[in-house]
Amino acid sequence: MSLQVDGLTVYYQTLQGDVRALENATFSMADGEIMGLAGESGCGKSTLSNSLILLAPPMKHVCGRVLLDGNELPIGRVEAMNRYRFKEISVVPQYAMNAMNPTRKIGKMIEELLRARGIEIRKILPELKRRLDLVELKHNVLKMYPIELSGGMKQRMVMVLSTLLDPSLLLADEITSALDVSTQKAVAGMLVGFRDQGIVKSVIVITHDMSILYQIADSILIMYAGQLAEKADTETIIHTPRHPYTKMLITSLPKVGVKHDERRLAGIPGKPPLLLDPPEGCRFRERCPHAHERCLQVPPFVEIAPGHHVACWKVGDKDA
Amino acid sequence: MLSLDRVSKTYRVGTFGGKLLPAVSDVTLGIPDGEVVSLIGESGSGKSTIGKMILRLISITDGTITFDGTDVGALKNRALRDYYRSVQGVFQDPFSSYNPIFKADRVFDVVRDHFYRGLRDRDWEQKVDDALESVGLNPDHVLNKYPHQLSGGQLQRFLIARALLLDLRFLVADEIISMLDASTRIDVLNLLADLKERGLSVLFITHDLSLGYYISEKAAILYRGCVVEYGKTEKIYTRPIHPYTKMLMESVPRLDKKWEDVEIELRAQQDDLSSGCVYYARCTRKEKGADCRTVRPGLIEVEPDHQVACGCIAGEERT
Repeated sequence: MSLQVDGLTVYYQTLQGDVRALENATFSMADGEIMGLAGESGCGKSTLSNSLILLAPPMKHVCGRVLLDGNELPIGRVEAMNRYRFKEISVVPQYAMNAMNPTRKIGKMIEELLRARGIEIRKILPELKRRLDLVELKHNVLKMYPIELSGGMKQRMVMVLSTLLDPSLLLADEITSALDVSTQKAVAGMLVGFRDQGIVKSVIVITHDMSILYQIADSILIMYAGQLAEKADTETIIHTPRHPYTKMLITSLPKVGVKHDERRLAGIPGKPPLLLDPPEGCRFRERCPHAHERCLQVPPFVEIAPGHHVACWKVGDKDA
Repeated sequence: MLSLDRVSKTYRVGTFGGKLLPAVSDVTLGIPDGEVVSLIGESGSGKSTIGKMILRLISITDGTITFDGTDVGALKNRALRDYYRSVQGVFQDPFSSYNPIFKADRVFDVVRDHFYRGLRDRDWEQKVDDALESVGLNPDHVLNKYPHQLSGGQLQRFLIARALLLDLRFLVADEIISMLDASTRIDVLNLLADLKERGLSVLFITHDLSLGYYISEKAAILYRGCVVEYGKTEKIYTRPIHPYTKMLMESVPRLDKKWEDVEIELRAQQDDLSSGCVYYARCTRKEKGADCRTVRPGLIEVEPDHQVACGCIAGEERT
């Protein structure tokens, strides 16, 4: 079990009160698992990933534990996490295009970064060059400034940089959404390659694009309004989801071969609740066609089949 | 009917505008009334530039755009205002189309100031309500609100409603759903389909192949400012012929098909684009076409409603 998250609850502190962005998240990831984390904007997917690496104000760690390879991470303490960041857990941020220092040559920047972690670049240079070959970048990028690289090249450079110390867990936040389709495919393939070669043990891919997850992820976790809705292997989520939200989400996605005059797709009426003062119980209740009185209580995130977790009273009932 | 006839756009770039960047070259397209044509291409392929030229937001370097026979580029003052009565655009980011310190319905007042000066308040309010209802919004729920109180999908439909206040006949929809969430984007897409039934023609600019398939009759694949393949959507999707279209169809992540292993040329190649095929540097079958490097291929009809611009195809036809 490489990552174990247990009852993790994180709020944002604002002047109006706490925004309950992540509530009671419990899940685990196996070694070598690429897990997709999907949901609408504001569903808490970035909050979940950020709280694993940098839980700084206005975020507030309310409760819950995170275990990485059996060791508990001090996620609530920014300083104490320094030991783990980059070495054990690393991130390819959403803004990877602008993540590099524009005033430093890339090689120089990497050298400084490593020195801050007490590592000499000389020792790691052969490995760094091998990694550049992996992502098809020429070695002379180390002598270039970030501005000289294209968007796709910068993205790949940041991927190499983030994984340089072989972290156990890599968080990849929307890494492909700003790229062209051909580059997107190549970058996604490289991410899988990093896992296959054991450079990273497991990866969380955060995206709103389900079709890319279908291509690369082993499992998918769907979130809705700060709560976990469903987690299962990729095939199950795409083809036989059980949570009403997942079902409606998947059927609303246009596919090549579907035309509006032959088969009209339907969206999900309504919009997600505000998390400043979220409704009691299941937060999908107001948009859910199957909602009933029991949904006023928060449904537990239960395992209905091996590896398939769902938070819905209806689904639990059928099996009972 | 809006048609583009050998339209080109060259941007001046560099410190003093000394360098020329061809963004669109020799594009010929026709969008008949009541049809949706998808313009599909990667970033930098010139698809937004075409949309902006149609809307007269930027000048046309070469060629002509005509709307019902009148040259769009030559319109002035009153004639231009009349043109905007029938041709409007909606853009990618609904959040930046509003001024956050004013209420969202302010976008309607701008239309009133320009086009409906003489209208009485009550008639105007009725008109706004009708427009909002036709995009599936309840006026009581959305009027008198600030932009942050509305969702992205609502804001985007607001902008379509604004266009509908006029006698809209042609809409340039530039990536209008790429910033919306999955659960609301299909509503906006269905709205476009409904408006099409009512006779509106749409230029649907997108990089998402499945959206293009869902909504449009015809599709044009754009690469580096050139239309490389054009025709009926089904034909292009099921039988792509141009090597670029083929690569695109294979690399787009889809929910119904897993990626196959295809070699992708990643290294950026900066070639002189003044002559020859635009896809020459990345093309996988260039050895077959004898003069790909020197002659830029034009669109050739390979079957009814399906045109391809590829030197190799032209060569095969001849032999």
